[in-house]
Amino acid sequence: MNWLSMVAAASGEATDIKGGTFWMPASASTTAPEVDFVFYFIFAISAFFFALIIGLTLLFVIRYRARPGHHEQPSPSHNLALELTWSIIPSILVLVMFWYGFKTFMDQYNPPANAYEVLVTAQKWNWSFEYPNGYIDKDLHVPLGRPVRLVLSSQDVIHSFFVPAFRVKKDVVPGRYNKVWFEATKPGTYTVFCTEYCGTGHSDMLAHVIVHPPEEFEAWLEKAANFLDTLPPAEAGRMLFEQRGCGQCHSLDGSPRVGPSFKGLWGRTEKFTDGSEITADENYIRESIVNPQAKVVAGFEPVMPTYAGRLKDKEITYIIEYIKSLDKEQP
Amino acid sequence: MTTVDASLPQPVQRPASDSENYLTHAHGFLSWAFTLDHKRIGVMYLASTLAAFLLGGMLAMLIRTELLTPGQTVMDADTYNNVFTLHGAVLIFLFLIPVIPAALGNFVLPMMLGAKDVAFPRMNLLSYWIYATGAIMLLGVLLTGGLDTGWTFYTPYSTTTNTSVGLAMLAVFVLGFGNIFTGVNFITTIHKLRAPGQTWSKLPLFIWAQYATSVIQILATPVLGITVLLIFVERTMGIGIFDPNLGGDPVLFQHFFWFYSHPAVYIMVLPAMGVISELIATFSRKPIFGYKAIAGSSLAIAIIGFFVWGHHMFTSGQSTLAGTIFSFLTYAVAIPSAIKVFNWVATMYKGSIRLDAPMIYALSFLWLFGIGGLTGLFLGNLGVDLHLHDTYFVVAHFHYVMVGGTLAAFLGGLHFWWPKMFGRMYNEKLARVAALMVFVGFNLTFFVQFIAGTKGMPRRYFNYLPEFTIYHQISSIGAFLTGLAFFVILYYLVVSLIKGRPAPANPWGAASLDWQTTSPPHPHNFTSDPVLIGPYEYSALMWNEEIGGYVLRPEVAARAGHGQEAQA
Ligand code: HEC
Ligand SMILES: [Cu+2]
Ligand SMILES: [Cu+2]
Repeated sequence: MNWLSMVAAASGEATDIKGGTFWMPASASTTAPEVDFVFYFIFAISAFFFALIIGLTLLFVIRYRARPGHHEQPSPSHNLALELTWSIIPSILVLVMFWYGFKTFMDQYNPPANAYEVLVTAQKWNWSFEYPNGYIDKDLHVPLGRPVRLVLSSQDVIHSFFVPAFRVKKDVVPGRYNKVWFEATKPGTYTVFCTEYCGTGHSDMLAHVIVHPPEEFEAWLEKAANFLDTLPPAEAGRMLFEQRGCGQCHSLDGSPRVGPSFKGLWGRTEKFTDGSEITADENYIRESIVNPQAKVVAGFEPVMPTYAGRLKDKEITYIIEYIKSLDKEQP
Repeated sequence: MTTVDASLPQPVQRPASDSENYLTHAHGFLSWAFTLDHKRIGVMYLASTLAAFLLGGMLAMLIRTELLTPGQTVMDADTYNNVFTLHGAVLIFLFLIPVIPAALGNFVLPMMLGAKDVAFPRMNLLSYWIYATGAIMLLGVLLTGGLDTGWTFYTPYSTTTNTSVGLAMLAVFVLGFGNIFTGVNFITTIHKLRAPGQTWSKLPLFIWAQYATSVIQILATPVLGITVLLIFVERTMGIGIFDPNLGGDPVLFQHFFWFYSHPAVYIMVLPAMGVISELIATFSRKPIFGYKAIAGSSLAIAIIGFFVWGHHMFTSGQSTLAGTIFSFLTYAVAIPSAIKVFNWVATMYKGSIRLDAPMIYALSFLWLFGIGGLTGLFLGNLGVDLHLHDTYFVVAHFHYVMVGGTLAAFLGGLHFWWPKMFGRMYNEKLARVAALMVFVGFNLTFFVQFIAGTKGMPRRYFNYLPEFTIYHQISSIGAFLTGLAFFVILYYLVVSLIKGRPAPANPWGAASLDWQTTSPPHPHNFTSDPVLIGPYEYSALMWNEEIGGYVLRPEVAARAGHGQEAQA
């Protein structure tokens, strides 16, 4: 598989939600079966009690419905034995539920020692995943059958990292590092959701987890990490545009999103909120990326995060090449 | 006293003249705006909370319309975020929290105690006007930039967004005082103004529930007040309390917020449970089963409910020890709720069960609250919650509890006390149809949301994966059906005010003291002391065909030796 087709596979359809059972999405981590067991255990007990309550209610309503000739009959207005029974049995059952939940929680909390570590950064409204070799991707690629430990941090507000197929969720809180781990048990593509409300793009803050067979993972990572050297500059710029989440706020088709569209940006004369004007060239674009608040395009909010220190000079150059190339594609 | 006609020693059924009717003894806007009459204040709360309900309900319809298809359907993401935030904030702060205590409770609580009014009538009026002020402030955000934080106001989103969070915080702060005042008033009233001989074990369970609720309101609301003020201070003065960029801790906010907002769930649900106790006993014509257990469990819920707030934060990164304790206590608080449900079912045993509209609501309460409560067992579970937290499973769960539970109980209570409040009967057939519509529509709306949630659908999503479309569409259809039902209800209730059959004093045969006064009541509630009977002593009542309602048995009326004066 060449590198680009692997990316295509990576952003391919995830079938985890559709798959799985009536209640649950696909199950693809070591702790997912544990969670599902507790879920169905509670489900069975709840269904039993619900049927009991509703069944008795219906029975009484039918048998004792008011009708000519029927009168209420005396019955005790309390009964200690009965009341103790229906207090103690549920108490025992919820204790068992609690215990199972506690065990699962502890298993999900403590990562095994040999876990592979990925740094996850959340910001409005995209994810970035940084691998041990420094490569950053918009999706999370992991090896099959090896515990993966994520160190979560946020650039702005609280987000939450959720992979239904793995049954894991952890808030991504600014100012602290939260950690979460899982071990994938099936190769495939799974969905990552943001589950803590974070504003306009909250529901589009998705990513994929791609589980590679262990021998392919290292090869993928090496290739992916080298894309700056192996791809033509504009192509590499496009990768950066996609991987670093610029596309969350900048469209390519001319429609404004949170930020202005990149279509026709090159050579366009921009008006700024302070009234000044400039024609977009290399230096302007560079400044927009490392110091976005210096000149704020009229009609937009100053919400673009700075990429100073997060994009290398070479990467910025390639993005500029990409923006230029957008213009050339136009007829 | 010449004859021994059974109906004779009864209080009159209807006010003899306009001046003996609390609705008509005084006229004009000022006579309402400055009234000290708890009944009028109750009616003003009723009208206001219903207006809030209408607004919140409309916003719900907008949400469900937008979610008919993935991506944009009728509004953009920012509008949607404003709509769901206001939907939650309006329905929680302006409807669910005040509706049963302040509207129904204000109206019936003093009468249930045989009292002339609450302990502090002026404070009662003040709490209404505080509520009205807070409500206007909250709606003011519509004109001043909207509100897009979700009703939970999580920091640092809420401290950094440029919508009108400051005003909303002040509104919530102000609204809190209305609740605190009502709580203080009710507790004092229950302690001090009970009818002679009405001991604590002779109180209707509705009163016990109100008592427990008031305790929570007084203890928890100040915490919310301080918390929202802190957000206000952080936003206006840049003092870092919750925003990590200013040196604050965003998770601290969650602790403060849920310290109020979990007990607030019980502020909404306990009064509902109180109503259900009254309805099930009355329409089964049986004394409530396990009176002490139900009363005690209200208090147990109120107390334990203060120590479970961390179950909203299992994924926040709080310590495992904290999570474990919170999960354990959450399961502990499930037991008193379960006990109540068993008691209600047992109350119906060997009764004579009438399916009037209020009882249909009470039975749907058992179903809806049953599902709401049982699904709480999943969310209180440390392991399973990691999967379900902040998904539609949670959305469905709390709608079953708060809308299914509180709204069903409120509607049941409204239909139950409507004849007492306005002296008119409504169209019973339409009322039953509407009750069934609400029930079916509600389940259609929210049951599929459990499945969407377990499948992974996160909450507060403007856009969603196409896989979830079917769940959202079923849900929207259910919501529209429920919405329609409310217009049916509105229709026949309004009609009843104009040409409803005049209501007797006690149409349902309920035994609490509020049913011994005329419908609608005298401005001073009772013209003579009510005859003290047990709150569930249905054997003291008999049906009177001529009146079309229940009256005290003559020997009961005689036992107290009052009653006769009422005729004079
Ligand atoms: C959170 C949304 C957001 C993200 C993510 C984002 N931007 Fe922006 N960007 C904006 C906004 C809003 C503006 C306009 C206001 C301003 O000039 O600061 C803008 C302006 C720009 C401009 C100037 C555009 C013009 O029309 O003059 C450039 C160039 C730019 N961004 C590049 C990038 C690149 C490259 C990335 C990814 C590495 C990126 N942005 C990521 C929001 C974003
Ligand atoms: Cu989000
Ligand atoms: Cu809670």
